[in-house]
Amino acid sequence: MTMTKRQLMASTAAVLMLTGTAGFAQNAVPEGTELAAEQTFIYRVGDESPSYDPGKVEDVDGADVVRDLFEGLYNQNEAGELVPGVALDHTVSDDNLTYTFNLRDNAKWSNGEPVTAADFEYAWKRAASPELASPYAWFIELMSLENASAVIAGEMEPDALGVTAIDDTTLEVRLSQPLPYFPQMLTHGTTFPVLQSNVEEFGSDWTRPGNMVSNGAYVMSEFVPGERLVRTRNDQYWDNENTTLDSVTKLVIADENVALTRYLAGELDRTDVPAGQFPRLSEQYPQQAMSVPEACSYYYMFNLRDNGPEEFKDPAVRNALSMAIDRDIIVDAVLAGGQKPAYYFTHWATAGFEPPTIPMADMTQEERNAEAKALLESAGFGPDNPLTVDLVYNTSESHQAVAVAISQMWKQTLGVETTLSNQEWQTFLDARGTGDFDVARGGWCADYNEASTFLDLMQSGSGYNDSKYVNERVDELLATAKTSEDPNVQYTEIEEIIAEETPVIPIYHYAAVDMLNEQIKNWPVNNFEQNWYSKDLYKVAAE
Amino acid sequence: MFSFILRRLAIAVPTLLILVVLSFILMYAAPGGPFNSERPLPAQVLANIEAKYGLDQPFWKQIVNYVWNVVVHFDFGPSFQYEDRSVNDVIAQGFPVTLTYGFWSFLLAVVVGVGLGAAAAIKQNSWLDYLAVGISIGAQVLPNFVMAPILLLIFTLWLGWLPGGGWNGGQWEYLVMPVIALSTSYMASIARITRSSMLEVLNSNFIRTAKAKGLPMRRVIFKHALKPTMLPVISYLGPAFVGMITGSVIIDIFFSTGGIGVFFVNSAFNRDYSVIMGITILVGALTILFNLVVDILYAWIDPKIRY
Repeated sequence: MTMTKRQLMASTAAVLMLTGTAGFAQNAVPEGTELAAEQTFIYRVGDESPSYDPGKVEDVDGADVVRDLFEGLYNQNEAGELVPGVALDHTVSDDNLTYTFNLRDNAKWSNGEPVTAADFEYAWKRAASPELASPYAWFIELMSLENASAVIAGEMEPDALGVTAIDDTTLEVRLSQPLPYFPQMLTHGTTFPVLQSNVEEFGSDWTRPGNMVSNGAYVMSEFVPGERLVRTRNDQYWDNENTTLDSVTKLVIADENVALTRYLAGELDRTDVPAGQFPRLSEQYPQQAMSVPEACSYYYMFNLRDNGPEEFKDPAVRNALSMAIDRDIIVDAVLAGGQKPAYYFTHWATAGFEPPTIPMADMTQEERNAEAKALLESAGFGPDNPLTVDLVYNTSESHQAVAVAISQMWKQTLGVETTLSNQEWQTFLDARGTGDFDVARGGWCADYNEASTFLDLMQSGSGYNDSKYVNERVDELLATAKTSEDPNVQYTEIEEIIAEETPVIPIYHYAAVDMLNEQIKNWPVNNFEQNWYSKDLYKVAAE
Repeated sequence: MFSFILRRLAIAVPTLLILVVLSFILMYAAPGGPFNSERPLPAQVLANIEAKYGLDQPFWKQIVNYVWNVVVHFDFGPSFQYEDRSVNDVIAQGFPVTLTYGFWSFLLAVVVGVGLGAAAAIKQNSWLDYLAVGISIGAQVLPNFVMAPILLLIFTLWLGWLPGGGWNGGQWEYLVMPVIALSTSYMASIARITRSSMLEVLNSNFIRTAKAKGLPMRRVIFKHALKPTMLPVISYLGPAFVGMITGSVIIDIFFSTGGIGVFFVNSAFNRDYSVIMGITILVGALTILFNLVVDILYAWIDPKIRY
C-alpha cells in the first residue's frame, strides 16, 4: 500500500502540533481569577459502572473516571484535539504501519515509580488476552494492532501483539493495516497503562482504593459501589502543579428528577437535564443549562433479512416512511433539548465530516408528505390496503414519546397502522439480533471521532448491522475510505446510497443536555466526544 | 418445640434447593444474557468471557457447580456485571445498608402503627379514632414512590434541612427520609390490623369478665387485651420485616442509598445471573427464617397453640 499525501500530512501535522506544546504544561486558570476556597466537583451518574480497570472499562461514566485516574499516550484538549499525555510525540513509518512514540521521562505512578513504555506494552497485551476476557478486547482489534485477532482468539500468545517497548521512553506499535485515525484512538481507556507489579499483587482486587496504583492526575480515594466514588489529587502526577481541583466525587443517583432536585438544592455541580425540561431550565438558569452535540445518532432500522417481512424489501416503502417523519417536531416539540434533525446517518459534528446534500433535507414537510404518499401508493399500499408496521423499541419514556409521535405521523400522512411494542432491554436486544421485528429503534454512539465509526454499521458483515443490509458498493466504499486521500468522497456517496435505499431512517443527532454549576470553568463544550478531564477544570469563587 | 424447630429447619434445605433450581431455569429462559449489549461482542471475545464464567458448560453442570460452591465454600461466584467484584462483595456492601434503614423503618412502623391502632380501638368512634383511621388510610394510599419525591422537595429543596440522598456510612440525617418513606405504608397496615383485632378482643367474654371484676382499664388492656390482639399483627410482621430488610428498590432509587434493592432489580435487567441467584437465596433464606420466628412467637403468645 502506498502512502497517500493526506496521511503524511496528517501525521506530520500531529507531530508538529504535539511537539509544539511538549513540556510546556498549560495552566488552565487565567491570571487574576479568584478561585473558590474549596476546589471540589460533585457530579451525578445514573448507574454504577461495571469496572474501573482500564483494560475492561466499557461505559462512558466509567471512562470518565478512568481518564482521571490514568493517563494514556495522548489527552484531548478543550476542543477535542490531541495534546501530549505520557507521550510527547510520535513518528510514522512510510508505509503507515509502524508508529514510534516518544514518551516523557517525568511521568510517575502514584507510588513514585516511573511510567515506562513497558507499562503500555503490558497493558495492551493484557487487554487483548483471553485470560482477562475483557469485553473491550475488540477495541484492540479495532485499532488494527498486528496479530490482535489471533491473540484475542487464543491462537497466538499475547506477546505476539504488535506493541513493543524499545526502551523506557520509546514505544513501537505495528499495525496490520494503515489507520489514519489511529492516534485519535489512544485517548480511550483501553490503551492506558497499568502497573504490572500492582495488578499481579492484588489480582482482581487491584482496582480498589488503597490497592490501586495509577498514573493520572487523580487517585481513587473512596469507593462505595452504587453510591459514590471519590478521587483526589495524585501528588506524583507530572503536571500536578497545574491541576486545580482537589477532589472529584461521582454520585450514583438513579432517578434524574431526584438528581435535578439535589442539584437545585446545591448538592451537585453537574447533572443531566430530564427529557423535555431543557426549555424551562434554560430560561430559568441560562448560565447553567447547556446543550452540546453528543456523538450519537438516533435512528429506526428496517428488518431486511431474507426471511423478514416482504413489504419492507421495497425501497419505496422505506423511503415513504422516512419522508413522512417530521423531524422538526421530534426535536423541537418532543425532545426539546437542542438535538438536530437527521437526514443522514453520521452525526453532523463528527471531525472532518462534510455533511452531504440530501434532497429530502431541503424539502418542506408538505413536499415530503406529498412524495411519501406517492411513493407508498406506487408500492401498492392505500386506504384499501393499508401498510402495517410492527415497531419495537426498548422501554424508556423518551423512546416511547418519539415512537408515539412517529406512529401518529405515519397514520395521518400515510394511513399506516403501527403496532408499538416496548421491550425490556435484553429482550429488545434479542429481538433485534434475531430479526424479530419490522422496524426497530437504534442508537449509535461514536467510538472515535471519525465518520467511519458510524458508517461501518452499514457494512454487510458488521456484527452491529442489525438490519442485515447488504450493499456491495457500500462495502467497497468503506474499504477504499480507509486509505483514501479524502474519505469524505466515499462517505458522501455512502450517505447518498443510504438516503436513496433507506435501510435505516436517521431521525435525530443527539445533544448532551446538562446543568453545570456556573462556578465550574473550562468545561470542554467543544469536545465532541464529551471527554472531560478533571485536571483541566477549576472552580471560581461565588459572585 | 425443639423438635418442631429442627423439623422446620430440615424442610428449609430442600425448599431452598427448589428455589435455586427454579430461579436458575427461569433466569436462563429469559431472552438475552449477561454479555449482550447494543454493540454485540465479537464471537471470540464472547467465547473468552463465557469460558471465564463457566457459561460454556452444560446447564445441569452449571447448577451443580453453583450449588457446590455455595454449600461447600459459601461462595456465590463473581458478579457478571460488576467485573471486579464477587456476589459476596455486592451483598456484604449493600445488605448492611438495607438492614439498617429496614430495621429502623420496622421499629417505627410497629411502634407507631400498634400505638395508633390500639388508641383508635380503645377510643372507638372518638375524634382520636377518626384521626388514626384518617392517617392510616392517607399513608396507605400515598405509595412510597410518591412520598419520596415529596419528602425530597420539602426537606432538601425548600427547607434545606436534610441531604437529598446518599448514605455516608449511615449517619442519622441520611436515614430520616428513607425510614419515613419506607415505614408509612407498613405503619398504616399495622394500625389497621391492630385496630380491628383489638376491637374484636375488647368485645370478647374474657375482657368483659375482667372489666366486671372491676379491674382498671389500663390493666385490662396491657395485661389481658394486648397479647391476643398481637396475633394477627405478628403474622403480618414476619413477611413485612423480611420485605423491609431485604430492600426496597424505590427507596434505593430515590435516596441513592446503595442498598441491595437496586442491585437486585438491576441484576435482573442486566441478566447478572450470579447476583440474581445470590440475592434470591438471601431473601429466600430470610423469609423461611422469619416465618419460623413468627410460628415460635405464636406458640409463646397463644398457649392454645402446640407444635
